[in-house]
Amino acid sequence: MIISLTIILLCQLLGEVIVRWFGWLVPGPVLGMLFLLVFLSLRDRIKKRVPEFGRALDATGKGLLAHLSLLFIPASVGVIQRLDVLAEYGVGLVVALVVSTFITLVVTVVTFVVVSRLSGSSMEATDDAGAGERS
Amino acid sequence: MSDQAFSLWVYLSQTPLLWLVVTLGAYIIADRISQAFRRHPLFNPVLMSVVTVALVLWLTGTSYPVYFEGAKFVHFLLGPATVALAIPLYENRRIVMRAILPMVIALIVGSVTAIVSAVAVAQLFDMPKSILISIAPKSVTAPVGMGIAETLGGDPALTAILIMLTGVAGSVMVTPLMNALRMKDWRARGFAVGLASHGIGTARAFQVHSLAGTFAGIAMGLNALVTALLLPLVLALMLD
Repeated sequence: MIISLTIILLCQLLGEVIVRWFGWLVPGPVLGMLFLLVFLSLRDRIKKRVPEFGRALDATGKGLLAHLSLLFIPASVGVIQRLDVLAEYGVGLVVALVVSTFITLVVTVVTFVVVSRLSGSSMEATDDAGAGERS
Repeated sequence: MSDQAFSLWVYLSQTPLLWLVVTLGAYIIADRISQAFRRHPLFNPVLMSVVTVALVLWLTGTSYPVYFEGAKFVHFLLGPATVALAIPLYENRRIVMRAILPMVIALIVGSVTAIVSAVAVAQLFDMPKSILISIAPKSVTAPVGMGIAETLGGDPALTAILIMLTGVAGSVMVTPLMNALRMKDWRARGFAVGLASHGIGTARAFQVHSLAGTFAGIAMGLNALVTALLLPLVLALMLD
């Protein structure tokens, strides 16, 4: 687990360093995600000779992702610092957020489905395609 | 309060330990409640936890910076969790590669829609420019959205809150909305909620279906990139 965590943190570190060094607008962890992808594909090649190599990584990563909600709590509690702005513009802000989120969800899902039908990569009602849990 | 209780409180309120435990405890309770209601969208674990923690802080008269001293250890894990999104992405790489065209087009269309619709509706309510800038990156994952708001002259703390509310709104809406639209493609459903509601939407998608979660994670990562690049242009067109 320590090795897995180190690999993940190392990818993030590389991402942050490169982003800062070149002044890119891309967030460091997003670049780190690309590095981990490269690592995973390299791992699968090495694995043919050393089956144990990097096997724990998946469990550690999935453990982190299983409780993704938890990680948003500290930043979100910051809401208590801006109650004054919310009191003044709260209604407008909430309306804007809800309407915009609704429109964005509809536009994105429809675009995805239409393009996927047109390009012949449709996968509708394929519940078993992923590791299906519950619908 | 007795002297002993008072000195105990002085100790507890200064150590990160207490607020770390409160954060984890609030989450565990909220997650159990969410499970008990079979992940009903209205019982959103993030929202319930935030309300619980905020109440505890209010009752104890604790300020946010003091709380964050403890909670920052949890906050830090957002970065590694973003990196870890590569794991489900890699596992599903064949399905992902097959969907590359719908993903790219839905990404660009969705990203512009998210920015334009938020700013346009907010403009109807006669808000100052700094608030319009703060709401523009509301669909992007918090660390990136806050950075964007700050660079363009918005209020990063307000952006963080709007991002959180967007995440909760999207994860509450997505399941009933997609069912009403009869969308059965888990890739499309996940992609939409990841794009519109970043990590909180992605967390919701993973609770519902792992393929949806994977596509939500990709959409979140890509939208952070695309919004960072497009938002200055879109805002210049809308506000000047």
